[in-house]
Amino acid sequence: MTDIASSSFVRHDLVSERPAPVKTTGFIGWVRTRLFNSPTNILLTILGALLLWFTIIPSVRFLMVDAVWSGSDRTACLSENAGFAVGACWPYIQAKLPQLIYGFYPEAERWRVNLTFVLAAVLLVPLLVPRLPAKGLNAGLFFFAFPVVAFFLLHGGGIKGFGLSWTAGLLELFDESIIGAGNVLLNLSKTSAVAPLLWAAGNLIVLIGTAIHWLVFPLIWLRDQIQDSGQSVWVDFAVTTVVVCLIAFFLGGGLRTGWRALASSFATFVAIAIVIKLMGLDHGGLPIVLTNLWGGLLVTLVVSVTGIVTSLPIGIALALGRRSTIPLIRIFSIAFIEFWRGVPLITVLFFATYMLPLFLPGNFTVDGLVRALIGIALFTGAYQAENVRGGLAAIPRGQGEAAAALGLSWWKTTSLIVLPQALRHVIPNLVNSFISLFKDTSLVSIVALFDLLGSLRASFSDPKWSTPSTAFTGFAFAGIIYFIFCFGMSRYSLFVEHRLNAHRRN
Amino acid sequence: MSDPIVKISGLNKWYGEFHVLRDIDLEVRKGERIVICGPSGSGKSTLIRCINALEEFQEGEIVVDGIELGPNLKHIDAVRREVGMVFQSFNLFPHLTVLDNCTLAPIWVRNIPKRDAEATAMKFLERVKIPHQANKFPGQMSGGQQQRVAIARALTMNPKVMLFDEPTSALDPEMVKEVLDTMVDLAEEGMTMLVVTHEMGFAREVANRVVFMDAGQIIEANTPNEFFASPQHARTKLFLSQILR
Ligand SMILES: Nc1ncnc2c1ncn2[C@@H]1O[C@H](COP(=O)(O)OP(=O)(O)O)[C@@H](O)[C@H]1O
Ligand SMILES: [Mg+2]
Repeated sequence: MTDIASSSFVRHDLVSERPAPVKTTGFIGWVRTRLFNSPTNILLTILGALLLWFTIIPSVRFLMVDAVWSGSDRTACLSENAGFAVGACWPYIQAKLPQLIYGFYPEAERWRVNLTFVLAAVLLVPLLVPRLPAKGLNAGLFFFAFPVVAFFLLHGGGIKGFGLSWTAGLLELFDESIIGAGNVLLNLSKTSAVAPLLWAAGNLIVLIGTAIHWLVFPLIWLRDQIQDSGQSVWVDFAVTTVVVCLIAFFLGGGLRTGWRALASSFATFVAIAIVIKLMGLDHGGLPIVLTNLWGGLLVTLVVSVTGIVTSLPIGIALALGRRSTIPLIRIFSIAFIEFWRGVPLITVLFFATYMLPLFLPGNFTVDGLVRALIGIALFTGAYQAENVRGGLAAIPRGQGEAAAALGLSWWKTTSLIVLPQALRHVIPNLVNSFISLFKDTSLVSIVALFDLLGSLRASFSDPKWSTPSTAFTGFAFAGIIYFIFCFGMSRYSLFVEHRLNAHRRN
Repeated sequence: MSDPIVKISGLNKWYGEFHVLRDIDLEVRKGERIVICGPSGSGKSTLIRCINALEEFQEGEIVVDGIELGPNLKHIDAVRREVGMVFQSFNLFPHLTVLDNCTLAPIWVRNIPKRDAEATAMKFLERVKIPHQANKFPGQMSGGQQQRVAIARALTMNPKVMLFDEPTSALDPEMVKEVLDTMVDLAEEGMTMLVVTHEMGFAREVANRVVFMDAGQIIEANTPNEFFASPQHARTKLFLSQILR
């Protein structure tokens, strides 16, 4: 030990710089410090190298080195003819590519699918790049306008009326179902033990139904007049435009501040009119292609994009409902979530495809693809609800209190303060669910929808291309496609997470 | 001084079986500064949180600027627009910049155009002496700065009354002063303030009245001079002896 007096120190000669005795930079340094710096690490490095050796090398051999790249039928991919052990048979994929992308979509109409893909890309890419402006308009176009346009592009067909006809039709249906329910009760009252009660309830409901009938009668009359006018779409369109623009004007603040709302709703209607005119929706639209002809990547993308886009709002609504203080909403949300989480997706799809039609009223049919879509959206929605709930639970109570103290309503607090933070916390979980949804879409092939995987398997049975490596090639191709989409989502979510959490980096 | 701007009468509140506020009567006149002190768990936070309806109560009445807040909590929104609140844990919105924190409520509650709201917000950020940090996120600031932003955020709504719930208790000692200075400035401008705090220096300097609470009731209320010089109730004496060493 030195004593206190000698502990003072002043440097006389500065130490000059010299190279490190062991190299710690550059490739050699990196290998030394990261791969071979301890016995365990040396072992792990060797194991890793072996693993790569046994996976990468055979894959590359199969996909590239031993692959056959051209040919017109199976003979090109047979080892006897090629003269070596054949790996992937790429001409087969090339020949089947249209089927893998479009299914049985008529060849002459495939430009519609391509156009839909292009539209989706044109709208989605700017939405994903944070630097580009007009996110609100872009999102509106992608989430509201695009689905409608895509429907009329892919499915075809036109419209016979517009907002007014639809509203009238909906009210009519609603009214009929009320009167129908009343009549059921009246019928029951003939045999039941609590007859008077049922009779009274039935009559009351029929009465309400009749009252509603007379209330909506002017609307229905107007609808019928318009339908008879020959120019039904455009007359209805004009009426709807005027009504909606007026409503927007008054909600926007009337004469004082309503002009902006008026202008933007009018612009929206002009845009809708242009789309209707361009696609000829007012006189029949494009030829109808029924969904049972759709297939391949088209179905995979339709199912997964619809599932992704609809499951998140469903999930958010359910998660908020589960935390609601109103018991009925809470119980409904819990029951709904637990029900969908409790059944396997395959069961849901089977139910939606084969059993739902038995329960629906006779004249009411839902397209098979739509049934699967609804099933998947609700199923994924339940999972997303639990993800979102995790995020909501992570928000301190003080956040809601501070917002409330500033006078923000529950809706504004939730949408401006709570949800933005909660969703940021759970981006990885949300995207995780999206990725598994994307892969689970392949399950629709068991309910007679030919998605990418279904189309692929259908193509295996073509004798023209049956070779020992056909199936392997096909699955490798599908695997690569799925991987590209899932890896893309995963990377993008990392990017978004990093960006949105800027505030957490001090 | 003029009429009461906050009038609490016969206020009683229970948490389940626990009688947390008992027969509270308190009048705050315009421009008055009231400091509420008392041992931990005596119901100070609960009391001031009742004033802007963050807590509901079972009996009694609270009137804020003529707007009645009964047990059934009607007129909540109207009252909250008149009352600003500063919390012990700041409760800034971490995903918004300082400026956005301060413009959120004016834009979404008062429907003020963004440009005007930002001008007002900058004015108040200048008053709490952090205008140059407007584009930072709260997580990038010190506790004292965050609390001053929280004060500015409350002020942007032009409240008639400001509530402070132990605004300096979560701060490191060297930051307490900057926040207290801001509050003193605010008091000098004539803001009506109800402050829960253990900063007795602040009470002496700024308060018109000091209210001492224990076990859910108001034990003693007096001018700071009287309160510190000659406390009447035994519990007050005990409390002061513990807090003033
Ligand atoms: N949400 C609650 N549920 C039950 N008891 C509570 C709740 N909040 C506070 N209390 C109790 O009420 C009493 C008063 O709390 P509080 O007003 O926070 O006291 P102070 O702010 O004076 O320290 C404490 O005993 C506390 O445990
Ligand atoms: Mg407290």
